[in-house]
Amino acid sequence: MIQAKLSKRFAGFSLDVEFESSAGITVLFGPDGAGKTLVLDAIAGFAQPDAGRILLDDVILFDAAARVNIPPQRRNCSYLFRNHSLFPHLTLRENLMFAAVRRPRLERHRRVNEILERFELTGVSGERAHQISASQRLRGSLARVIIGGPRLLLLDQPWSGLDATLRRELHSLLRQIHTEFKIAMLLATGDLEECFELADEMLLLREGRLLQAGEPRKILDQPASLDAARMLGIPNLLEAEVIALDPGRNSSRLRWQDQELSGTYFPGRMLGDRVWLCMRAEELRVSVHNGSKPGINQVRAKLLRVSEKPQSLRLEFSGGIFAEVAPETLASRASEKEWLIEFPPQALRIL
Amino acid sequence: MDGNWFPLWLSLRVAAIATLISLVIGLWLADLLTHCQFRGKQWVEAAVGLPLVLPPTVIGYYLLVLLGRSSPLGQLYQWAFGSPLIFTWQAAVVASTLSAIPLLVKSTLTVFQRLELSHGRAARSLGAAGWRVFWRITLPLAHREVTAAGLLAFARALGEFGVTLMIAGSIPGQTQTAAVAIYGADTMYARLLVLALSAIVLSLFLAAHKLEHPRVRG
Repeated sequence: MIQAKLSKRFAGFSLDVEFESSAGITVLFGPDGAGKTLVLDAIAGFAQPDAGRILLDDVILFDAAARVNIPPQRRNCSYLFRNHSLFPHLTLRENLMFAAVRRPRLERHRRVNEILERFELTGVSGERAHQISASQRLRGSLARVIIGGPRLLLLDQPWSGLDATLRRELHSLLRQIHTEFKIAMLLATGDLEECFELADEMLLLREGRLLQAGEPRKILDQPASLDAARMLGIPNLLEAEVIALDPGRNSSRLRWQDQELSGTYFPGRMLGDRVWLCMRAEELRVSVHNGSKPGINQVRAKLLRVSEKPQSLRLEFSGGIFAEVAPETLASRASEKEWLIEFPPQALRIL
Repeated sequence: MDGNWFPLWLSLRVAAIATLISLVIGLWLADLLTHCQFRGKQWVEAAVGLPLVLPPTVIGYYLLVLLGRSSPLGQLYQWAFGSPLIFTWQAAVVASTLSAIPLLVKSTLTVFQRLELSHGRAARSLGAAGWRVFWRITLPLAHREVTAAGLLAFARALGEFGVTLMIAGSIPGQTQTAAVAIYGADTMYARLLVLALSAIVLSLFLAAHKLEHPRVRG
C-alpha cells in the first residue's frame, strides 16, 4: 500500500496531491504537464518534495518534517522509464544479474535462469539489447524491473513509442506480472483507453492537483467536477437549471435552453440551481426527425458534422451535443439535417 | 643548441601524473555533481571552473600562500616527505593537475548527466549503490568521452606555464618543463621544443576529437 502526501513548487507550476492506494494497479491519469512523472519521481526518490510524507507498506520513504529521505536504491521501488531501455553494454543475462543485486549471491543465478525462462528469453540471454527484437527487449526490461522483487513498480507511460501489437503484449504482461508476482504498480498515462484496460484504481491528475480517485468505471459514471468530466473526454456538458424536484417519485425536471428534460431525483440540489448536465456520447439515442412532435426528453437538432472513429461514428449536432452510433445504423442517412435526440432519464447526470 | 631533452621528458612525466590525479578527482567530482543533491552544490560547480578564468599569477600566488614553507599544508608535506614542495617538479604536478581538473569535469559532466537520465536512474531504482552505478554503468558507457577528456587533460597539463613558473620555478635539470624552457631559451632549441609540443598536443587533440565524434556507419 502506498500513502503519499506531496507538495512541490516550481516557478509556474505547483504540485499538491494526497492519495492512498492499496489496489493492484493504480493508474495516474492526466494530460502532459499534470505532474504525473513528478509524482513517480518523488516516490522513487529522484525528486525531493518541499513538504509531505511518503509511506510504502508502512515504511517511511520520505518525511519532510522528520527529515527522512531514503535514497532511491534503498526504496525497493523499481522504475520502468519511458524509454525502458536495457543497459546497452551488458548482455540480457548481465542486465538481470545487475538487477538481482538485492538477492543473496548464491540464489542470483537460479533466479535469473527462472526469470529468463518465464519471459521466454533463455535463447537470447547472451545477446545485447540491439541484437534482439522489440518484443524481446520489452520482455527483457520488464524482467529486469521485477527480478529484484520490488514492493512497488513505477511505470511512466511505458507504451509511448510502441506499436499496437507490442502494446497488447505489454498489457497482458503487466496483468500477468501483477497476478503472478503480486507486485503493486503505479502507472502514469495520458491515454484513457490504456487506463480503463489496466486500472484497478484511477487517480485523475490535472495541473498538479488530484481531481478524483476511484474505480475507473465509477469515475466515468459520476465525475466529481466539470474539469474531471472534460478530462475523461465526456463531450456533452450542457448548462441547465433545476426547475422541479420530487424525491417521492424519484424525479426531477431541468431546463436546458428552452427545453425541459426529466431525470431522476438529485439529492442535495435546490430549485433554481445552475448545474451542468453531463452525458457520454454513446448514451444519447438519435433518430432522423420525421416531422412528428418531439416526445418526452426528445430535442430537435441539426446534424453539423460526422467524424469517423475506429469502432463508431461521432455525430456533432447544433447546441454542442455529441452522439456516437454504430456505422451501420447511420448508413445513408448522413445527408439528413433534422434529427431528434433523446436524453434517457437514467443517463441524465448533473455536476 | 644543446641536445638536452630533459624538459620534454619532465613535461611528459608531470603531465602523465597530473592527468592520473585529475582523472580521479575530476571523475569523482563529475559523478558527485551528477546525482548528489547537497547544500552549496552550485558553489562547488562554480569553483570547479575557477582555474579556467583566474589569471595564472593569481592562482600561483594562492598556491604559494597555501603550500609555501611556512603554511600548514607546506609543513605537513615537508614532514611527510622530508623536503619542501615548492620549487620541485612535484609542484609542477600540482599546477598541472589544477589546470586539468576543470577541463575534465566540464567535458565529462555533460555525458554523465545524460547517462544518469537514460540509465543511471534505472540502475539506482534497481537497488545499485552510487559506486556500483559508476563502475558498472556510467564509466563503461562513457569510456570514449572519458578517454577523450583524459587526452585533452593531458594536453592541457603538458602546456601548463604560468602557475608552474610561479610555484615550481625554472631550475634547469630539475623543474624546467618544456613549456617553461621555451620561454627564454636560445632560438633553435626553443623552435625544436615548440615543434615537439605542437605535434604532441595536436595529435592528442585529434585523437580526442575522433573519440568524441565516432563515425556513424550506415
